[in-house]
Amino acid sequence: MRYLSFVLTHLRKDLRLEWRSRDSINGMLFFVLLMVVVFSIAFDPAGYPSTTRQISGGVLWVGLLFASMTALNQSWTREQRNQVLEAQRMAPSPASALFVGKALANMIFVLVVEAVLAPIFVVFFNLHVLGNAWLLAAILPLGTWALVVNGTFFAALGLRARNRELLLPLILLPLSLPAVLMMVQATTGVLTAELDPIYLRSWITQLACYDIIYTTICILLFETVLNAE
Amino acid sequence: MARSSTLRNFAWLWLAATVAVLVVGFRQAIFVAPMEETMGNLQRIFYYHLAHAILGLVFPYVNLAASLAFLYWRRRDPLKALSADALAVASAEITVLFVGITLATGMLWGKPAWGIWWTWDARLTTELLLWLLYVSYLLLRRFSPSGQTAVLSAVLAIFAAIDVPIIYMSIHWWRTQHPAPVFGSDGGGIDPAMVPAVLWNLAGWAMWGIFLIAFRFALERRRQLAEQEAALLALEASLETPQ
Repeated sequence: MRYLSFVLTHLRKDLRLEWRSRDSINGMLFFVLLMVVVFSIAFDPAGYPSTTRQISGGVLWVGLLFASMTALNQSWTREQRNQVLEAQRMAPSPASALFVGKALANMIFVLVVEAVLAPIFVVFFNLHVLGNAWLLAAILPLGTWALVVNGTFFAALGLRARNRELLLPLILLPLSLPAVLMMVQATTGVLTAELDPIYLRSWITQLACYDIIYTTICILLFETVLNAE
Repeated sequence: MARSSTLRNFAWLWLAATVAVLVVGFRQAIFVAPMEETMGNLQRIFYYHLAHAILGLVFPYVNLAASLAFLYWRRRDPLKALSADALAVASAEITVLFVGITLATGMLWGKPAWGIWWTWDARLTTELLLWLLYVSYLLLRRFSPSGQTAVLSAVLAIFAAIDVPIIYMSIHWWRTQHPAPVFGSDGGGIDPAMVPAVLWNLAGWAMWGIFLIAFRFALERRRQLAEQEAALLALEASLETPQ
């Protein structure tokens, strides 16, 4: 219970900071909007509806992946100002509570971006979802958490590195590739309704397992990273 | 001094034995092993491809074990932790090398056999992702701040080691086109006359890999010792009272 209250305190602090500046969300929103426009111009979705349905799952996740990476670095840079991070390290609360709070906050930011983006995406790509659209309500949060939990962890890991803006994608992308595969397959399966439901369920289960495994490891190893010397 | 000269003699002996085994392996693979029915001489690249592929899957475990040992000894015994870290670097670099050679020989084989250099099938993709993971590990070592390199890379090594089975399973679900396993219960097996070539090459390249890791380990240890000495000198210089 005490752990939960620590997490909530961190989460509230991050949400309040974001509410005052709105840097991450605005940045991500505009970035994803630009990605949608760029992809629309590159692939001409109006001309080829069935091809569009095939690729739009991938396009959506690639856009979200890049957008969340732009926000993840900022979320820790905030803590570096005025040596807040040093204070966090000395605080008696468990280090992983800081991580969980931060990851949850990032998760909320990306979900907000997805909620705004989804209608725009459907309009610009002329999408007609052929499968069970409600399944997306499970796939989107699971996929987002897979990106955000590792992303938050590795942003913290590369925090004091030279050129950390470059380092984050370099270590996050190879690790996330299986998750990207799972979420893109599941999303495309829902959009095209061509995938056997058994396969679809297996992709979603695998994604959930990925989330559980990496959340556990991140929580276990975060203290080591925070106090790395 | 006596210890280091014994070690050096042993290293030379080991290298000589490695070269001898590799020569035997070359002879077995190129001249002794029978010609394969459908692919002809082309199949002889298999002896190199297989050896590197197997070893490229073994060395990541060395890296994981060294990283775990580092995290365990970090507070308890910093000197041992430093050697564990040196072993982690060495094995990661040799992993990248061996997996890279597996990919390269696989492509050289794939072009004439399949007609394409590359295909996104399960095993190829897994191997490529394995290579990417350990390249990113080496990049993290290059970019991270000097005091933290060992800890951060040990953490990444654990993530990478957990990622490998996940990658394997998920991509296996995705597609399969690579020739089914040759060895094992469900494999077709190979001609018994080919077995010596496989084993000699496997032994030779394993000895070579171990030699490279040991060499790189020794190099990294020297670098660490030089760093410690420089730090000590700087500390002593700072203690001298200014006139």
